[in-house]
Parts: sequence; C-alpha cells; structure tokens
Amino acid sequence: MDTLQNRSCEQLPDTAFRFRQGPAKTDAQELAPPITFLQDAWRRLRKNKAAVVCLIILAFIMLIALLAPVLAPYPPNEQHIPYANLPPRIPGVSIAGFDGTIVFRGNRVDRYALANVPEDVSFYFGTDEFGRDLFSRTLYGMRISLLIAFVAALLDLSIGVIYGLISAMKGGRTDVFMQRVLEILAGVPSLVIVVLMLLVFEPGVFSIILALVISSWIPMARVVRAQTLRVKQMEYVQAARALGCTDAAIAFSHVLPNISGVVIVRAMFSIPSAIFFETFLSFLGVGMKIPNASLGTLLNGGYKVFKLYPYQMFIPAVILCVIMLSFNLFADGLRDAFDPKMKE
Amino acid sequence: MNRWIKFIAQRLLYMALTLFIIASVTFFLMSALPGTPYNNQDKLSELQLAMLNAKYGFDKPLFERYVSYLSNILHGDFGISLQFSDQPVASLLGSRIGPSIQLGLQAVIFGTIVGTIMGAIAAMKQNTWIDVFCQLFAITGRSVPNFVIAVLLQFIFAVTLKWLPIGLWDDGFRSSILPTLALSISPMADAARFIRTEMVEVLSSDYIELARAKGMSDIRVAFTHGLRNALIPLVTTLGPMTVSLMTGSLVVENIFAIPGIGEQFTKSILSNDYYTIMAVTILYSTMLVTVIFLTDILYQLIDPRVRVEEKN
Repeated sequence: MDTLQNRSCEQLPDTAFRFRQGPAKTDAQELAPPITFLQDAWRRLRKNKAAVVCLIILAFIMLIALLAPVLAPYPPNEQHIPYANLPPRIPGVSIAGFDGTIVFRGNRVDRYALANVPEDVSFYFGTDEFGRDLFSRTLYGMRISLLIAFVAALLDLSIGVIYGLISAMKGGRTDVFMQRVLEILAGVPSLVIVVLMLLVFEPGVFSIILALVISSWIPMARVVRAQTLRVKQMEYVQAARALGCTDAAIAFSHVLPNISGVVIVRAMFSIPSAIFFETFLSFLGVGMKIPNASLGTLLNGGYKVFKLYPYQMFIPAVILCVIMLSFNLFADGLRDAFDPKMKE
Repeated sequence: MNRWIKFIAQRLLYMALTLFIIASVTFFLMSALPGTPYNNQDKLSELQLAMLNAKYGFDKPLFERYVSYLSNILHGDFGISLQFSDQPVASLLGSRIGPSIQLGLQAVIFGTIVGTIMGAIAAMKQNTWIDVFCQLFAITGRSVPNFVIAVLLQFIFAVTLKWLPIGLWDDGFRSSILPTLALSISPMADAARFIRTEMVEVLSSDYIELARAKGMSDIRVAFTHGLRNALIPLVTTLGPMTVSLMTGSLVVENIFAIPGIGEQFTKSILSNDYYTIMAVTILYSTMLVTVIFLTDILYQLIDPRVRVEEKN
C-alpha cells in the first residue's frame, strides 16, 4: 500500500484534506479591525474634555482669523479721528462696559453721544487713539499673530527634525560635533539675540519669523535626536537595515513615523511660545511695523492708555490669554493622547 | 576626581566658546545696524562727525575694532556709553544690576516656594478640587505672558485699589512687591506643575507604601519622602526658569519703571547705544551660561543616577 507518509505535501490529493470543524463563529468573537496609531490617539484625545473644548475654541479662533477680511466692519488701518478712544458698544447689549458708556468723574457718560456718533454706528471693541476700529484691528491682529506662530512652528519643526535625524542617524563624529554645536547655541539668550536681529532687519512678519526660528529650533532638534536614538535600536529598524535600506529611507519611512507623536506634541507647544515671543517683541516696540496690527502691537497701544481706557488693553489681553491657554491645554491633551504611558 | 576635572574643564571650554560666539555675533550685528547713535547727525559738520567717530572708535576698520573690542572685554572694559556722555558702560550697568538681581532672586525664591507647596498639596489631594485648582493655576500661569500679568497687577493694586506704588524704585521693599509677583508667576506655575507630576509618581512607589504601612502620617510621608525626591529634578528647571525671568524682567522693569538692566537695555535699543547693547547681551549670556553650568554640576552632585559617565 502506498502510504501517505512517503509523499511530500504537494503530492497529496486534495481529498486528503478537510476543513477542521471549529466552534461556530459568533459576531462577538470577531476581531475589530486594528486601529492605527492616529485613530488610537484621537480616541484618547476625545476622552479629554478640556482638550476637546480647546480644540473647538482654537478652530473657531482660526476660522474668524482667516475670515478677518470678510468679518471686519472697517479696514484695520482706517482712521476716524473724531471718533477716537470710544469705548466698546455692541448694539442691543446694555451691560456696562459694552454699551458705549464710561465712568467719568463718578458719572456714567455716553461717549458715543458726546462724540456725535450716529446711532447705527457701533464699534464692538471700541476705537483707539486714532479712531481705528479695534474689532477689525483685533481680527487682523489675530490673523498676523497666528500666521507668524504657525509658520515659525513649521520651520522650527522642519529644521529641528532634519538636524536631529541627521545627528542621530549618522552617529559617531558627526553626532558629537552636531551636539557640541547645539550645546554652544543653547547658551545664547535667544530673546536678546532676537531683539538685536529685529533691529538689524526691517521689522515685519518675515523678520519676526526668521528671528523666532533661529532661536527656537534647538529644543526640537534635541527631542528628535533623543527619540531617534531610541527608535534606532528597535528590531524593525535593524530588519530594514538588514534588507538593505539606506539611512535616509530608514529615517523617513521607519524612524520618523514612529517618533511623530513626540514631534507633533513638541510642535504644538512651540506655537504658543511663538505667539508669546511675537507679542513680547511687538510690546517692546521692535516687532510689527506701525500701523499694522498684531496682538502685540494692540497690547502695546492699549498699555499706553490703559489708565484712561482700560478696554484697549484688556480686550487683546483676554484674547491672547484664551489663545495661549487653549494651545497649551490642547498640547497637554495631545501629549497624553500620544503617550498613554504618561497617564496613570 | 579625574572625571570631575575633565567634566568641568570641558564645560568651561564650551562656556568660553559660547560667550565668544555671542560677543562676535553681537558685534557684527551692531555694526550692521541701520542708523547712527547721533540723533542730530544732520546738524553735525563733517569735522564734528569725524571727531565723534574718532572718540568712540568708529573710524577704524571693522576688523581692527573687533579685535580691540574683544581684548577690551577681557580686561573688563565695555566701552563708553553713547547715551550718557562719557560714562563707562561697565559702571553704568554696575549701578543698575542691583535692582535686577534683587527682583530676580525675590521672584525665584517666592515663586519656587509657593509653587512647590501648591504642587505638593495638589499631589497629596489628587483628583480633588484643590488639585484641579492648582493645575488650572499652573497652566494659566504658564499661558499668560508676564507683561500682561504685570499690567493687570498694576491696574488692580496700584491704579484701582491704590495699595502699592505704581512704579519707581524709591519706596524700598514696597515698590518691589508688584514686579516680584508679576515675575514669580511663571516659576511658580512651572514648579507647581513639576512637583505635582514628580510627587504623584513618587507617592505611588513601594517605599511610600511601606512608610504608610509602618504608620507614618500622610504629611510626614509627603514631606520626608515625597517632596525630597521630587525636589531633585526641580533643579533641572532652574536654567529655563532663569531664561524666562530674564526675558520677563526686560518688560516688567519697563512697566514698573525700575532702574535695572532690562530697562537700560530697551533704552539703549531705542537710542542705538551700541556699547551698552553689546555689554547687556554679554552680561545676560554670561548669567545664562553660568546658571546652566551650575545646574549641571548641582544635578550631578545630588542625583547619583546621572553621574558623569565613567569610561573604563
């Protein structure tokens, strides 16, 4: 008898096989489709109520900043000298402070009536010393500040990631040299240098961004290097190397995706710090060029008259704080979402 | 011992290199600066201009000025202020460093102590309203720029309530309260946040359980075990803290009209006082580099886990 044992697997007739009768499959036992890293992070992020609220606030702020040309009732630099320093008035709102009245020598006076402003003209956030509409200026100011922050963060991210990746992937002498350079640069008081650079360049959006980037890519480069060194040890990277992948291919297709969480979080934290720097510089008077509005120039203008017209300082200050707080809280939430180990 | 000498020598070398680079960059940035320090240049005759340039050394070629500037710095000579006639920059800054240092120290000490207490309480009362409040405070303190806080404090306590002087530096300690508060918010927030995270981790470790099991009271556990271990990493935040204090004092000194370094810096910027700008930059850098250096050494000393790597 021709025994089955003597044949190899391929020679066996199909009839020799039959499906193993397992227990009947139920829907409950079926595995859910695997979720990706991003989906998982998103799921965790959604559970963090503060982060979600901040995300909504940020989305709203970005939307109105983008739509500034549509929403702004007046051109931001248009002056109405007779209507200078009017307090906020929102039609239909009669809360003190938003009804066009201020307290003057103990009495509440309607500044709009005194300035002979027509009944149908209202400045939602009031006007400044040149009668420019602060609502329009705030919208445009947010736009500029956010633009500066995003571009600066993006450039930071690119330079930092590339520097960190090269340093960690090359290793050896290159790494040592690049780290020494970082160490030396870390001792530079960035703000002072930024101020000096703004003195030399023409002040404006571009030079602020440049100055910010020069001073703030260093922490990103350090984080990327540390993370890359960690990921480089992983088996999948070694496998890729054994299969003949080049360093560049490994860096971009294996290392970068696996450190993306940390990088994204870091970039999110660099946005509020860029906003802070911009307002700080403009507040010092070396940032945005007059008469263009940014949150910093608005604060600076408001600060000069804040004893007389506090609203000119407080409205941009509150908006700035809301933006900063939202970015920070959102970034916190994002960090927890990307790194479940951090949560207890 | 050998590794210590090597470590310190290496760090000192980097410090010197950093300062050299900063001095050079500042020098060349200054010489590229548009405008002149003479605000009535149109009215000056050729001869007067030449005399002024000769007096301040602007007539020599750039490289020669660079070399002599560097060698002068090494001798402690930072040039003559262009803003205040004939006053050496070194003595100008020397008279202004006091208030800045006083403010900085007061802010760091007050901020870290209050922040540490807040963080410790938050960690002990985890997930209660106290914890939520402390965390909210920490994140707000980190988010709100200190010049906004400064103006707000000024508005509340000096303008509206009239409790404290609005600015100036002639009222002794009383006039330093508001600026110190404004400056201390950021170290306070950082310390609170940091201590809370560390303490939460420490409090869940085994030796804390053991201490509890032995019958130690919660407060003693928190202070003798928790806080002590949580304080060590706080040292690492000293560097960033100094940076934020320095940047903070730049504006806060202006807001409260305090005769410190930061206020001098902004004044010099607005009047193109090259020598003072360079001197302040170098002064700030020296402070920053020194703090980073001291922090590194301190951290090596107190935490045995991060000792300088010994290669044998």
